Amino acid sequence: MTSIMIDMFLLGLLVFIAVMILRTGKLFAVIVMSGGYSLTSAAIFVNLDAVDVAFTEAAVGAGISTVLFLAAMSFLPAEEKAASKSDSTFSRTLIASIVCVVAGGLLVFAALDLPAFGDPNAPAHMHVAPRYLEESGTLLHIPNVVTTVLASYRGFDTLGETIVVFTAGLGVLMLLAGATRTRRPDAAQSTAQSTATSTARGKAKKGAAK
Amino acid sequence: MLMQLAAIWNYLIVILLMMVGLFLVISRANLVKKLVGLSIFQTSVFLFYITLGRVSGGTAPILTDAPDTLYSNPLPHVLILTAIVVGVATTALGLALILRIRESFGSIEEDEILAAKNESAAADMAQAKPGAEA
Repeated sequence: MTSIMIDMFLLGLLVFIAVMILRTGKLFAVIVMSGGYSLTSAAIFVNLDAVDVAFTEAAVGAGISTVLFLAAMSFLPAEEKAASKSDSTFSRTLIASIVCVVAGGLLVFAALDLPAFGDPNAPAHMHVAPRYLEESGTLLHIPNVVTTVLASYRGFDTLGETIVVFTAGLGVLMLLAGATRTRRPDAAQSTAQSTATSTARGKAKKGAAK
Repeated sequence: MLMQLAAIWNYLIVILLMMVGLFLVISRANLVKKLVGLSIFQTSVFLFYITLGRVSGGTAPILTDAPDTLYSNPLPHVLILTAIVVGVATTALGLALILRIRESFGSIEEDEILAAKNESAAADMAQAKPGAEA
């Protein structure tokens, strides 16, 4: 019972953080809050018995991706442009609301048919999971079943994952390496201008600080 | 009624979080905020999977010597471990794209980028047909 109470409290906290992200225009605050969102969801994973997922989420989701966002922010403007009261903004918000309400309604309708939370006889627990839990201890002698499934039973999935990560890393490298080499002369000029304005802005800020 | 609500409470909250993420992706013009929305959506999908893998009265799927221990389902955990790492890879790629967009167009606001793109397209047209404007 306490675990359900903790679960409900943490989920409520997640909703609160998500709404705050929605309402904040300062991008640094948004990024730090999304790190907090990841950390809170890691706490929920611990509560739901998924300890491996929890520490991966805490290290990778809350740690590395926050660092990546902050590193990228050193090249980007720190504030979201204030939403203008133009028609396009309004129609965009309207369309987004309609899409979200319709999709959310359909998902809630589907969720009513899902097995109850924690039901041990749910179909998801009847398929291959019992075999993994019974066999892996005597067959492979690794106590952590998640590790066994990840590296042995579904090793090819993990191979595919590393290929995806490798491809993404390659893409990032090519995108950022090309930034310094294949620059059109007019683009170079405009970046020079933008850096000039940003340094001017920095000077202005320093001046304000003084 | 209360028990029924508790049985699907996790699903309802996860759907709410998903829709907040989707709303951020569609409605915000700022590309960084779109990416944060995407990661909110992603994390709520993770929560959904882990919720499905939970067995009440169970424990983490690490084998113990005690017989008849009830374990949670390890399979969703494995799938989500993979998904978390892939999620960071896509985030990194998205941020690299944003940096390049910022370099080319001088902005990370969607409407300003579109305006700059239309402007440069119009300038190209005018260059291609020098007699058109005169």
